[in-house]
Amino acid sequence: MKKWHYILLICILAALITAPVLLMPDRDYEGADNIAEEVIMAINPLYDPWIEPVWEPPSKEIESFLFAFQAAAGSAFIGFYLGKITTRRKNRG
Amino acid sequence: MIPKCNVRKTFFLAGFIVIFWLLPKSASAMHIMEGFLPWNWALMWTLVTLPFLIWGFKSISKIFNEKPEYKMLLAMAGAFVFVISALKMPSVTGSCSHPTGVALGAVLFGPVAMTVISSIVLLFQALLLAHGGITTLGANIFSMGVAGPLLAFAVYKLGQKGGFPRWLSVFLAAFLANMGTYLVTSLQLALAFPMETGGVAASFVKFSSIFAITQIPLAASEGILTIIVFNLLFNYNRQELQGLLHFSEEVHSQ
Repeated sequence: MKKWHYILLICILAALITAPVLLMPDRDYEGADNIAEEVIMAINPLYDPWIEPVWEPPSKEIESFLFAFQAAAGSAFIGFYLGKITTRRKNRG
Repeated sequence: MIPKCNVRKTFFLAGFIVIFWLLPKSASAMHIMEGFLPWNWALMWTLVTLPFLIWGFKSISKIFNEKPEYKMLLAMAGAFVFVISALKMPSVTGSCSHPTGVALGAVLFGPVAMTVISSIVLLFQALLLAHGGITTLGANIFSMGVAGPLLAFAVYKLGQKGGFPRWLSVFLAAFLANMGTYLVTSLQLALAFPMETGGVAASFVKFSSIFAITQIPLAASEGILTIIVFNLLFNYNRQELQGLLHFSEEVHSQ
């Protein structure tokens, strides 16, 4: 792939991610699993979730911290790995 | 290999594993929530998933023993799942979900290696972020760690046999693995919660309208991200990657 291929792909990616919010700003963008939960309760109103999660993050802030850290840690490793293989190729000449 | 390099590799691998184990992957969007699968279904999916998990451990130990030079690459495929599944994105349905990232590793290492990686990610997510669940773990591993990677692997192979350009095979593998994961999730929920009128089929339509339609743009985004990373790897690591693609074929044709 040439450089402009990467740039093009990243532009498409940005468009895909931002388009829903730009085009439909008034939706509530809830997680799909919560919606599924509502559907389950609608299909079977008597269903009783028979077990609760062991632990939940105490606040939205802690949850988003964990998310950000997760993405950062993964990206750091990917960056390290890509850096490693690129310099290795350069050193080989 | 010089010992110094080995030490460094081991260090980073260990560091990665620690991060991987300590950190929950959180995902609010796809997995079946704790307690939302009746126990008999939960048990059934656990039993179905177990053989794949065992096969996966065997496959990974084979990679570690016979091709230790690929450990880092396997960790990197794991890191990719890690990053990608932290990215909750808005979608056309007005709700949010996230991609899975299993296709990259499935294409490189074969599908069952990703069963193991997915289960680590799903377990800690269930424990620390209250996403997914321990009782629904089997079902969630099946959709994300078995069905998705199997589809990715099959689609990539078919694409390569059909003479598609590599980027297109990679894109389709990631796109369809992502869609497949959510269709399986929808089916799992539909089987457990059939509607009074219309039964499992009606219920499947309902659940897949939540999960699958939300996933279409996300699956495309995952496809594009996978192309970018796959190409970077391929450009800088061509020989090794080609060797690996043959190796994963050997493992799976046994």
